[in-house]
Amino acid sequence: MSSPKAAVSWPKLSALIPYAWLLVFFALPFLMVFRLSLSDSALSIPPYAPQIDWSRGIDGIKAFLGGLDFDAYKQLGSDSLYAKSYISSLRFAAEGTILALLVGYPMAYGMARCKPSTRSLLLMLVILPFWTSFLIRVYAWVGILKPEGLLNAGLALVGIPPTDLLYTPAAVQIGLVYSYLPFMVLPLYAALEKMDYTLLEAAADLGSPPWKSFWQVTVPLSIPGVIAGCLLCFIPMLGEFVIPDLLGGPGSLMIGRSIWMEFFANRDWPFAAAVAVVLLLTLVVPIVLYQRQQVKALEASA
Amino acid sequence: MKRGLSPFNLVSLTVGFAFLYLPILLLVVWSFNASKLVTVWGGFSTKWYGTLFQNEQLMAAAWVTLRVGLISATLATILGTLAAVALTRHGRFRGRTLFSGMSYAPLVMPEVIMGLSLLLLFVALKIDRGFLTVTVAHTTLTMAYVAVVVQSRLATFDKALEEAAQDLGCTPTRAFWQVTLPNIFPAILAGWMLAFTLSLDDLVIASFTSGPGATTLPMRIYSQVRLGVSPEINAVCTLLIGVVAIGVICWSIGSKWRSRAAPAV
Repeated sequence: MSSPKAAVSWPKLSALIPYAWLLVFFALPFLMVFRLSLSDSALSIPPYAPQIDWSRGIDGIKAFLGGLDFDAYKQLGSDSLYAKSYISSLRFAAEGTILALLVGYPMAYGMARCKPSTRSLLLMLVILPFWTSFLIRVYAWVGILKPEGLLNAGLALVGIPPTDLLYTPAAVQIGLVYSYLPFMVLPLYAALEKMDYTLLEAAADLGSPPWKSFWQVTVPLSIPGVIAGCLLCFIPMLGEFVIPDLLGGPGSLMIGRSIWMEFFANRDWPFAAAVAVVLLLTLVVPIVLYQRQQVKALEASA
Repeated sequence: MKRGLSPFNLVSLTVGFAFLYLPILLLVVWSFNASKLVTVWGGFSTKWYGTLFQNEQLMAAAWVTLRVGLISATLATILGTLAAVALTRHGRFRGRTLFSGMSYAPLVMPEVIMGLSLLLLFVALKIDRGFLTVTVAHTTLTMAYVAVVVQSRLATFDKALEEAAQDLGCTPTRAFWQVTLPNIFPAILAGWMLAFTLSLDDLVIASFTSGPGATTLPMRIYSQVRLGVSPEINAVCTLLIGVVAIGVICWSIGSKWRSRAAPAV
């Protein structure tokens, strides 16, 4: 360290810019959502009551705090539509995560057993959809699932009567699994790929049949990957908007879609903000779990 | 036990990858279908691409998206890199926890909430929603991704190189420009590409923060898709997929070539 003075000023300056940016464009807006959720409902345009009257000093702030209420949240609790959409979001996300695990685990397992050269190619094929537009990938399913679409044409060929899947919960489920499958496969593959396969040999030498070694050796060793994959799917699925909107019908309620509708159609902003806060609070637990899992994985590898 | 593939492995790989790629492939095929119906093959045709380029709304939206993407990705790369450097190199400083939390939160924050919160900010500041606000929103979203990519590179980069440069008389700033920056440059470039594609793709945040005159391509695609499948949209999507695929393939060839040229780094 030749000049401690320079070493002090440079980091300060360089950290200050992104710090300030995030405070203004990330933390502040979020505080505004929170404050708005405590405002009086039904006024469709800002400003929202209560307002801080700065000219009255401390009294103004007190009056402002006294004016805040939980009306929007009470409305949320009493409105069965929101309770329903909240529960159905949880269900969609949970079912989607389990389905993605059922599809993704055999895939990741197969990938981990390929030759290294094939493995890197397959890995790239899993990552590639990340780079392709989410909207486009969901849209592709519309053409497959619609009544006169490809799925029914295919079913007709083998003599199965057509099914009307588009705009049903099943279509949302397909869309969720399809869109988030790479998020499931990658951590699973990472866990399975670095597994010590001599352990399986040892199990076989000791007389364990392959299926038993799979359950007693492979699966327990891949648990960190399973947890990471499940959380990586569950968290974004819960707030999903595009998939239920394009593939689901009016019955496929999801909370992300409700916020959108409340904002653009009903224009009840305080209510939409309250829905957003509830969604965020729900996500805090899985996000914290995921962070802890990541820290554990980092410590294990170090 | 050898790492051979059982029939079960083969089937699960085939089914899995077919599931991932078939819808995209079908979309590409449909875009060349002369017939408007997805189930009828009316012969190979590029006519939808022709009508596409005459669709002024789509072209205008593509232009907006491109500009938003280029500007926001560049801003996000600068901000994200600075954030990554601050988090890996500057040890403990006041407010570090808040800073690192804010740097990663956009990764897991539902888009609907981010869009909504930024909209509230712009409304409160009485800034007209449009090109500027979408760009700011996308910068905020994508800088987190850049920070993660750059930080993972910085974490593996040998700090001793930096210290050696400083021992040889470099100022910390110069050591950063001449030693650290060239070393983490591939990660910065990857971060930029990621930020650019994310901005190109985003529908939800753009819908909240954009205004009249700044309709982005995903917003335009979305409003048409809601009305059903259209061959023109298939053509737009195919072009977008093509651009991304070419970019990713070039990138992976480039990184292979780089790792061969400089195996030590």
